[in-house]
Amino acid sequence: MAEVLVLVDHTDGRLRKATAELLTIARRLGEPSAVHIGVGAEKAQVTLAKYGAHKVYVVDDADAATYLVAPQAEILAALVAKVSPAAVLISSNATGKEVAARLAIKTGSGLITDAVDVRAGDNGIETTQSVFAGSYTVTATVTTGTSIIAVKPNSVPLEASPEAGVVEAFEVTLSDTARAARITDSQPKKATGRPELTEAAIVVSGGRGTGGDFSPVEEFADSLGAAVGASRAAVDAGWYPHSNQVGQTGKQVSPQLYVAAGISGAIQHRAGMQTSKTIVAVNKDQEAPIFELVDFGVVGDLFSVLPQATAEVKKRKG
Amino acid sequence: MNIVVCVKYVPDAQSERTFRDSDRTVDREGVDGLLSELDEYAVEEALKIVEAAGEGEVTVLTVGPDAAADAIKKALQMGAHAGVHVNDAAIHGSDAVATSLVLAEAVKKATGGTPDLVITGMSSTDGVMGVVPAMLAERLGLPQVTYASELTLGDGTVTIRRDGDTASETIEARLPALVSVTDQINEPRYPSFKGIMAAKKKPVEQWGLADLGVDPSLVGLDAAWTSVVAFAKRPPRDKGQIVSDEGDGGTKLAEFLAGRKFI
Repeated sequence: MAEVLVLVDHTDGRLRKATAELLTIARRLGEPSAVHIGVGAEKAQVTLAKYGAHKVYVVDDADAATYLVAPQAEILAALVAKVSPAAVLISSNATGKEVAARLAIKTGSGLITDAVDVRAGDNGIETTQSVFAGSYTVTATVTTGTSIIAVKPNSVPLEASPEAGVVEAFEVTLSDTARAARITDSQPKKATGRPELTEAAIVVSGGRGTGGDFSPVEEFADSLGAAVGASRAAVDAGWYPHSNQVGQTGKQVSPQLYVAAGISGAIQHRAGMQTSKTIVAVNKDQEAPIFELVDFGVVGDLFSVLPQATAEVKKRKG
Repeated sequence: MNIVVCVKYVPDAQSERTFRDSDRTVDREGVDGLLSELDEYAVEEALKIVEAAGEGEVTVLTVGPDAAADAIKKALQMGAHAGVHVNDAAIHGSDAVATSLVLAEAVKKATGGTPDLVITGMSSTDGVMGVVPAMLAERLGLPQVTYASELTLGDGTVTIRRDGDTASETIEARLPALVSVTDQINEPRYPSFKGIMAAKKKPVEQWGLADLGVDPSLVGLDAAWTSVVAFAKRPPRDKGQIVSDEGDGGTKLAEFLAGRKFI
């Protein structure tokens, strides 16, 4: 059966949920081999094997952590040349897409980004994408080379399917061009104890209507175990970090439940959340465009509605 | 310091965007288009750099059909000094791979081989792939310094802040480099009346594939390494239930969530 390479998305061996999703998808297409670039492979190996990795290629290269994107693309290109996989699956975040982009050119392969589904079709690997702010669904295929597919997190449910996960060391001598953009500092995001925005099953976002006070949004989110998002207006006003921005120029999320509080629903924001499975909004303005998208909406003040909802959720959860 | 800014003319996101039934490519003719909003930040950053240096020129480059001239016009009105419009029917239907090839060759021709600095937006607002900047770096052999939310030029170096999902990184590279910027980096200026008038006199080169020495068989729909097999408009969501808060809005919200098994 053909090998499918999965680029492991991790920080020092702590796997991101997306990696397990990629392995789950890889099993549909062939035999998954995880590619772990950087430190922490011993820590990661157990989980990689649990989610279906037959092999784990370990590339313990210090330069790969020191230089931006290019080393990972070079490493994957060398591995593609060696094992001729049917496909390479990568997380569809900013860095993942850039690695995929350079890999596509190096290997002469087609590239599909932000796939929300990947399957073995009659004529090869088929993907689904949600485009134009979620207003269109596209089916696409790679027609040349190795299918290089960047997959959005939260696209498929995880399925454990234990395999051996045999570790194989792989070495690459990086070119000088790969070592051109140096990462001189890295400040990890402050841990909030909340799920990461693109991985969360539930997202509660606040906008201009919060007036800068996100506490009702945060408390409601915490009652649901949700991630917190922010509209562009809220981020531009300095009320919440850009890394929490949901929208065309922030994160595009597709959780099971999206709650928009004090957000009018301009197209910039809708582009970031329109494909969420269930959408709820709270807004004082009954004409707010967000209400055209919702499964349930409350016309009212979020400072009354959210705390009441939070109390009710806590009561029901016991 | 001579800077090339790559920009894209895109269908207006406020309008109804769609695909052509004939070849399943994005409909770029039947809709209003404009300079991609994210590219305004790239033009602005280039202008700020040459203004701070007191010397240098900003050339704005686009690959697109006739109407893409509007994207160049807007950038010239903001203050860019010259434009390059690569326009060739053979390019229609190109994927990102081919687009980056044409852009790379145009950058080389526009700068006599090596630019000082190439700046782009972080992604287009239609394809929203965010891959062309990395592809350009790959093709031009330049350091990739992308997703900049803050940028500083040093002595022959460029340093940026790049905000990722899990960390904020500082990236540094020697010039020349390929930089992409986010919408956090600056506030794009509105063209002044003077800028609008001055733009009319600024030079815009028109190039085809032959001018770039690019083989037509490498670009266009047939050459693409990916293919759109089908597209479908998402059915509109069923109208939801909207209630007014009469002292019970929060309770009703919780009831809805319970009904949908979220609690």
